[in-house]
Order: sequence, then C-alpha cells, then structure tokens
Amino acid sequence: MAHRWGMAVDQDRCTGCGACVAACHAENNIPTVGDDQAARGRAMHWIRVERYWEGEFPDVRLKFRPVMCQQCDAAPCESVCPTHASHHTDEGLNAQVYNRCIGTRYCANACPYNVRFFEFYNPVWPKPLQLQFNPDVSVRSVGVMEKCTFCVQRIKTAERDAKAESRPLKDGDIQPACAQSCGAKALVFGDLNDSESEVSRLSRSSRGTKLLEDLGTQPKVTYLQRQSE
Amino acid sequence: MNDRRVSDDLLRPLLRTSRLFYVLVAILCAGVGLGAVSWYVQLSNGIGVWGLNWPVFWALDLTNFVFWIGISHAGTLISAILRLVNARWRRPVTRSAEAITVFALMIGAMFPIIHLGRPWLVFWMVPYPNDRAMFPNFRSPLVWDFFAISTYLTGSLLFLFLPMIPDLALVRDRTTGFRRKVYGMLALGWTGTTKQWHRLETAMQIMAIAILPVAISVHTVVSFDFSMAQVPMWHSTIFGPYFVAGAIFSGIAALIVAMAVLRRTLHLEQYLHPVHFQNLGKLLLMMSLLWMYFVFAERLTTWYGNEPSEMAVFWATQRGRFAPLYWTMLICNFAIPFPILAIRKLRTITGCVIASLAVLAGMWIERFLIIVPSLSYKHLPYSWGEYRPQPVEITLMISTFFAMALLFTLFAKFVPMISIWELKVGDHPAHEPTPAEQDEVQGLWRAQP
Repeated sequence: MAHRWGMAVDQDRCTGCGACVAACHAENNIPTVGDDQAARGRAMHWIRVERYWEGEFPDVRLKFRPVMCQQCDAAPCESVCPTHASHHTDEGLNAQVYNRCIGTRYCANACPYNVRFFEFYNPVWPKPLQLQFNPDVSVRSVGVMEKCTFCVQRIKTAERDAKAESRPLKDGDIQPACAQSCGAKALVFGDLNDSESEVSRLSRSSRGTKLLEDLGTQPKVTYLQRQSE
Repeated sequence: MNDRRVSDDLLRPLLRTSRLFYVLVAILCAGVGLGAVSWYVQLSNGIGVWGLNWPVFWALDLTNFVFWIGISHAGTLISAILRLVNARWRRPVTRSAEAITVFALMIGAMFPIIHLGRPWLVFWMVPYPNDRAMFPNFRSPLVWDFFAISTYLTGSLLFLFLPMIPDLALVRDRTTGFRRKVYGMLALGWTGTTKQWHRLETAMQIMAIAILPVAISVHTVVSFDFSMAQVPMWHSTIFGPYFVAGAIFSGIAALIVAMAVLRRTLHLEQYLHPVHFQNLGKLLLMMSLLWMYFVFAERLTTWYGNEPSEMAVFWATQRGRFAPLYWTMLICNFAIPFPILAIRKLRTITGCVIASLAVLAGMWIERFLIIVPSLSYKHLPYSWGEYRPQPVEITLMISTFFAMALLFTLFAKFVPMISIWELKVGDHPAHEPTPAEQDEVQGLWRAQP
C-alpha cells in the first residue's frame, strides 16, 4: 500500500528552542538572507516557531507552534500553479519542482499557512557555510519558489535502502531533519496509512487539531493542543 | 462641413510634422527607456529589487496589470456598444477608444511576464507540443489569463483595424512614394466598391458583437486570479462583475482624458464637441454609481458576516494602515466625479477631465487595495506583513504611462484619430437628425462608393 506521510506536533512538548529551524536550514540548503533582507520579510524558514502569549499579564501562558508545510491533501497551492511545478505525489506530498517553477508566486499567495518562500535573489552562503551543503538536495537559484518537503530526500533514501534489503519500512526509519533534532520529541513523523505508527496514534488523539481546518485544505499535520499550565 | 475639409483637417497631423512632435517623442522614449533600465536592473539582480516580500508576493505588478487591462475596456465596450445601438455621437470617439484598448492591453499583458521570477521561461504557460509532453496546468487561473488576454488582444486588434481600412486607403491616395506603398499594403487593396463596403459593414457588425463577451470574460478571468484563492476578501463571488464594472469605469475615464488631449493638440474642436464629453460624462456618472454600489455591497456583506480573517483586512482598509488610501479612493471615485458629472453646469469638458483624472487615480488605488491588504493580513496573524514599494517597481510603473502616451502619440501620427469615413457618412454630431435624414444617412452608409 502506498505511504501517506504525515506529522504530529505536540504543543505540550515544544519548548520553542528553534533547533528544528536550524536543522532544516542545514539539511535543505536553505539560504540565510542576512539581517537586512530578513527585516524586509525575505527570511526563508521552511519551518518556523510561532510564539503566542495567552491571557492577561501576569497570568500569561506561552504557547509555541512550529509551522511547516501542512502537505495538504486538497492543496490550494497546487491548482493555481500554471506549470505544474507545484504538484501532488503518489505518497501525498506537495512536491515543488524547482526546475519547472517560473516564479509567478501565485502558490505562495494561495497558501493560507504562508509556508512558501521565494528566492528573491541568487542565494549566497557566507563562509564557511558553503562547505556544508547537503549533496542530496538541489540548491535553488533566483526566481523560484520553495518550501518544506518533509525531507523527501530522506524518505527516498530510506525507501531505497529498505528495498535493497528486501524489508518493509519500519515506523521511525525516516526522520526529517526537524523531527530528528527536536530534543523534546515534539515532532513525530511517519506513515498515516499505517494505523499502528506513532504519528497515526498521535493524530487520533483527542487533543489533535488541524491548522485552519475549516478552509478544507485537509492538512496532514496534526497539532496536539497544549493542556498543561 | 464638407468632405474635403474633413479629410484635410483630419489628415493634417499625418502629413505635416512639427518640431514639437520630435521633442515630445524623444521625451516619451526617454520615459519608456527608464522602464527598460528598471527591468534590466530587476533581471540582473532578481525580483528582490522590488518591495515584494513574505507574505506580500504580489503588489504593484498585479495592481498595474489589473489597472491597465481595466483601461483597455474603454474601446471595446464603449465602441462596440455604441456601434451596436448606432449612437450617432460615437463617430468621432470610437477610434481613440479602440486604440486605447489595444495599447492598454499590450502594456497590461506585459506585467504578468515581467513580474515572473524567471521571465525567460514564460513560454511554459503556453501549450506547445514538446517531446516531454509537458503542458500547462489548465486548472490555473493564470493559464486562463493567458488564453483570455490573447483572445482579447487579437479581437481588439481586428476591431481597431477593420474600421481603419477605408481611412488607410484615403491616406494611400493622398500620399506618394514609400508612404503610399506602406499605406497601400495596410489598406488591403481597398477601392471602395459596394461589395467591399458591404463586407466591411458585416465584419464590423460581427466583431462588435463578438468582442463584447470577450471583453467581459477577460476582466472576469482577471478577477478570478484573486477570487479563486482562499485569501481573505479575495474569495468572493462579487469579483467578476465588480472588476468588469471597475474596468469600464476606468476605461471611460481614460477615453475622456485622451480625447481632451487630442482635441487640444490636434485642434479637433470642430469634431470633438462638448456634447461628446457630456455624453461620455453621463456614462462615467453611471459607472461611478455602479462602482459605488459594488463597494457598498462588498463592504456591507463582509462587515455583517463578521468572519475574523476577513475583518482583519476590512479594518485595515477601513480605519487601519490602508485607511488613507481607502478614503482617497472613495473621494476620487465617487465624491469628486459624482457632483461634477451630476450637475449639468459642471459637466463641461474641463469638468469631465477633472472627474476622469480623479477616477483614474481612484481606480488605480482600488486595484492596489484589493491586492495588498489581503495579502498583508492572511489567516495566521503570525505571518502578517508589510509592503513598501521600491524605486525599481515605481519607475517601471511610471514608464508604462510614458509607454501609453508614446504609443498613442505615434498612432495619432500615422493614423487619423477620428474615423474620417464614418464622420462623412454620419451627421453633424451635435445635431439630432430627423427620421428622413436618418434614412438618408442609412442610404449613404450603403451607397458610399
């Protein structure tokens, strides 16, 4: 049976440390744009940690919400792309074909989660960051849109390895960079078609909600709401 | 006014060139050149030189696109409708309207190309046969745009060209040498036989009918770029008619301004009478009321529905960061034109031009306010953002106005800006003909050698 990749985010566990953001940048060759450009709204964080304060001072409660591409099953970004650069894979991922992208930026406007990022300039990596490129991920050039892929390069590698060793993929074989680096284990990745997987179990939790679910985008990321004080 | 004088008056700009003309063209070319330089800067650095950012990925690019496509509705709708209802006063007006259509469309259609991250790959939007069987995504409103605009451009070019043929033949007969050759080619062997007149009339009738649904569909498709996306205040069923009404509104305003300029510079006081401006002014007044009605309907339903993500955009425009622009828009599109055009005494040529200039500014702001506030305040408050236009996109935008003026100037230089043959078969526009005269005119129309 085909896989259906999804993620569960436990907001009770997230400490807002930002390790996922750093790991994602390193894994996916995401350019750092510098203070000036970041201040102008050009920072590219495929995963970001949103911070919300709840309540009135002094009874405030801090809540973190890591937001990455929700890999929607009915993705608003896919239908609007004139060149099929943004499209749906058999395993339910919203794939972005950089080579096919002509940069209309329509997908980013249509995305209600604002998790798509544009290469406004040709990226440059300040030394020594150019030494740590991930060879499994293509480096994007100016004028294309990019976004979280659920670390598709890791998914493909794990699938290939499993096939080579003639064994089925086990739950936990695949760890996207963000989930791998999450010290609090707030991010859990896995196959939603496998009802025994941890991500499936967490997604069924009574605490589980989907982000902007009423827009009908059918996201595959489940947020477990914060309960502790 | 005899035929001879009409021809002389209207052909004068083609046959005699003043020094001022060259100066004007040089200035306009410099303005267009500024835009070319801006685009070069953008191409060699990346679209980052524009003010676009996360989450405002569209701003002046799409504003200008919608604005210019809107202006292009001057010709088709006005000219086609006036032709179909056979409004007599249309005769000196139609040519300018049709020319505005074609030029505004060319300028507007440029924006979806130059705003791309990688404009050199724009041909991927076109369905062309290739060995990898890669076709555009027909579900994308941008691909619908491509088809809608190319159809409209083809149609408007024909619609402009057809009634030009007898005039081009007239120019051919009045010139010598190289010019005679060029105009001869353009006149397509027009000799003015009854058969040719009959065919021209049929073709124009077909085009006038065919262009109407095309024009309406074009701006509807343009509105679909926004209304198809689940963005607060974009996702609305009112957008199609709202955009079309706004387009006709700004189109009439552009036509009035262009006609006033032509009247002054080419000394066409004998042909463009106050009555033309008054009639167009009445049309503009009607569109102003219609536009206001749409704004009211849109605003009231949003406010009453009280949907949180829409209310963020609503308040940002109503009394937040965009409020100054919003209220300027209402003043320009309603508070200024309404009294000027509603009061007969104020509906003079100057009055109409002032109202039209206000409407042009107001409609540009309207396009901006549809696009930018919605993108600035999408669903998740964490990702709200701010947009500030940068010099490169501003100069690009200014240069489009130069481009419009340049194309219009050159057109007026090479083609009579008032349809000479239509004026000859018609009556004096200020005078309402008796039924007997009408019959006579109808007869003339058919019997014109």
